[in-house]
Amino acid sequence: MIHWKESSYKQLLREGSNKIKVPFIAFLLALVCGAVTIIISGYSPVEAYRAIIVGSLTTTRGFVLSLAQATPIMFTGLAFGIAYRVRLINLGSEGQLYIGAMVSALIGAHVSFLPGFSHVLVAMIAGAVAGGLVGLLISWLKIAFGAHEVITSLMLNELIILFTSYLSIGPAKAENSPISQTDMILDSARLVKMVPRSQLTVALLVVIAIAVILQLLLSKTALGYEMKAVGNNLLAAKVGGIHVKKVYHFTFFVSGAMAGLAGSSFVLGVFGRFIDHFSNGIGFAGISVAALAGYSPVGVLFSAFVIGILKAGALTLQRTTPVPIEFVSVVQAFIVVFVAAPKMVNSIISSPRELGKIIKRKVVSRG
Amino acid sequence: MNIIEMKGISKKFGNTVALDNVDFSLREKEILSLMGENGAGKTTMMNILYGLYKADTGDIYYKGKPTRIHRPIDAIDLRICMVHQHFMLVPALTITENVISGAEPKRGRVFIDYKSARQRVSEIIASLDSNLNPDAKVSTLSVAAQQQVEIIKALYRQVDVLILDEPTAVLTPTEVMGLFKVLRALRDKGMSIVIITHKLKETLSIADRITVLRDGHIIDDAVDPKGTTIHELSQMMVGRQIRIGERRPTGISGSKSFEVINLNVVEHGITKVDHVNFSIMNGEILGIAGIEGNGQTEILEAITGLNTSSSVKLKLNGEELDCETSTLLRAGIGHIPEDRLAMGVLLDQSVKNNLILGYHRERSICRNGFFRQKALEAFATRGVEKYGIKTAGIDQPIKHLSGGNQQKVVVARNFSQNLEVLIAAHPTRGVDVGAIEFIHKQILDFRDQGKAVLLVSADLDEVRALSDRILILYEGSIVHECRPEEITAIQMGLMMTGMSPSDVLSHKVGKN
Repeated sequence: MIHWKESSYKQLLREGSNKIKVPFIAFLLALVCGAVTIIISGYSPVEAYRAIIVGSLTTTRGFVLSLAQATPIMFTGLAFGIAYRVRLINLGSEGQLYIGAMVSALIGAHVSFLPGFSHVLVAMIAGAVAGGLVGLLISWLKIAFGAHEVITSLMLNELIILFTSYLSIGPAKAENSPISQTDMILDSARLVKMVPRSQLTVALLVVIAIAVILQLLLSKTALGYEMKAVGNNLLAAKVGGIHVKKVYHFTFFVSGAMAGLAGSSFVLGVFGRFIDHFSNGIGFAGISVAALAGYSPVGVLFSAFVIGILKAGALTLQRTTPVPIEFVSVVQAFIVVFVAAPKMVNSIISSPRELGKIIKRKVVSRG
Repeated sequence: MNIIEMKGISKKFGNTVALDNVDFSLREKEILSLMGENGAGKTTMMNILYGLYKADTGDIYYKGKPTRIHRPIDAIDLRICMVHQHFMLVPALTITENVISGAEPKRGRVFIDYKSARQRVSEIIASLDSNLNPDAKVSTLSVAAQQQVEIIKALYRQVDVLILDEPTAVLTPTEVMGLFKVLRALRDKGMSIVIITHKLKETLSIADRITVLRDGHIIDDAVDPKGTTIHELSQMMVGRQIRIGERRPTGISGSKSFEVINLNVVEHGITKVDHVNFSIMNGEILGIAGIEGNGQTEILEAITGLNTSSSVKLKLNGEELDCETSTLLRAGIGHIPEDRLAMGVLLDQSVKNNLILGYHRERSICRNGFFRQKALEAFATRGVEKYGIKTAGIDQPIKHLSGGNQQKVVVARNFSQNLEVLIAAHPTRGVDVGAIEFIHKQILDFRDQGKAVLLVSADLDEVRALSDRILILYEGSIVHECRPEEITAIQMGLMMTGMSPSDVLSHKVGKN
């Protein structure tokens, strides 16, 4: 083709900027639609958004809270994102999160022989492994029986959540506790707080480190290459001699482990124990976060932070305005809708340009 | 009289000029062949006519009147129909249901009048001298039959203009002849037909007129096939002299390199491959000819370790090999897979990443699981240069490359390694003349180094030109083995369609 080289570079540039542009515009559109929802509900969108920003970004406390709220979503965002790079859909983060939380809570409360720092480390790793094993179960079901991971992972959520619920009501219930929760973890199992009297713990540093490692894994290693190959074209990967089963197992283990860590970070950093039904959809929030980040591990950190701002702001919103807190979930849902429809966003981006073209043509033809 | 005229058509994709101020015309009652290499703009032009793309500039005239075609429905209203390279059929529906979809005869506005629909479809089938069953599910049909269904669809809509995009790419010689017969009959009844193709020989036999496109420009829009040779035509298309199809037999008589012993494939109780044995010598190209669906795919999958349910014993230089893909690759058995898009390339990945697929753990580019970035980039750059891959850079996603260049990446990926054996399945399918010439040369050079090649191709000319020995496959068995000069293409075609080799050879049918 003519002008091949020059045009291809520009195409590359355009695609690169679209990677950022599409999520950004999707986010803006979600905010606009959120505003419309508020107006319909009879509240003031200006007031709502101001309360969110004031509550999350203008004070140190708010900022810290945003980061703290974002941390577990970063984990579940990585969980969904890394699996999706291999075109595996792990909808089981919620369950994996619960099992990780329960295992961490039990080890944190009942294992007392571990010296010093190792206690919290073991509790965390155990939570990750628990989540990872659930992930392995899903990939095993997929490979051995051809069971689709969407079904199995989603079904396992119920199973695991009810199981952990049973443990927290029954055998593992804290004595004399009015609600279903486990014993308080020992102090040695607590995650160190980064800011005193806040919910922000070193879990944030852990998740940042893991995101960077996963990013490097994908871009610099043969294993990461194989993951991308399987995700891009399963058959071509097989032709290339890649052991698809191994890639599936590895990916699902890592994905489950990330979700497990989300649970651990709650138990060891925030509540200090497992509380029945504590998560309320943190696992599923990972999906929108990962999609907003274009499934890039490091990108997940930023998109999760955005959701963290909304969540932290929502607390202020609830205190200072009559707008219901569910409004934040509405915005989150809109983000998913717009990110999942890149074509729509693209046409919105390009429509002013197209319009300009049409007008120009009309003028020219008249002239 | 021109039924269609397109004047001053330009089309840009981004900054890539696909068509540059092109004039095109189609006369009534003619078969026009639109020729050019991949990326020359043939398909773009027809997509504009069909309303799939909008031209940046230019006008379309239908029977002399200016007209606007913005969407396919506009083209359909003008009785223009396009049969795409990848058929637009619903496999789970019957022929009748596929044909009438979008134009169903109704009873009482709600119910489909299947009876009269079936009647019409049967009539059309009969008029084509075809023996298709209007109630057969499309999923049970051969590729050639599916193409017929597409044509029936056009006839059902009583189109005046039929556009066929690469119609012969998937057909055997006999099927091509059948298609051409149908097309000639349709033309004689008054239809105007455009065939988009880059097959030279076929064009000369079917076209009334040839229009040649190159790099978005018309080179010549009134080539008379009667006074033109293949060489002249290919020169017009590519802009330089091309040599394809000249025999270059082996000068080596080597020892056994790759042996395939007792290959059986049974799927769902059906025997797909039945006791197939063959061996390839060093310095030999062994060709397997057969109509698609006679076991080639299964043989390829078995000897490349992709189908683990097959039973086979493989030997390389006398040593038995574990039949597993990664082992075979490491042993030096390269593979150009039969379907480039489905099996050959990672479309979203860069040219660089595609050049190493299967060899991405080689010591030279990867140590302890980490890529050696500099070595990797140098490797990819060398590949791009040596194999003349047209790309903006090694980090360009391969989906932005033309089909021919994508295939060059697959070829380069194999030949950049130390191969002992190359398994090449349809190595030039859907690529242009320039790339065909290049890929053929690579394969022949490889053989001349004393290496073994297994060539599986639906293109008989290709098998005949390249192979030193040919096996003919029918219903999962090897029915005949010969040297290419001992047999004619027609004889091969007859054996491929099930006629017994002794009959074919003794009765001297299809000599010449």
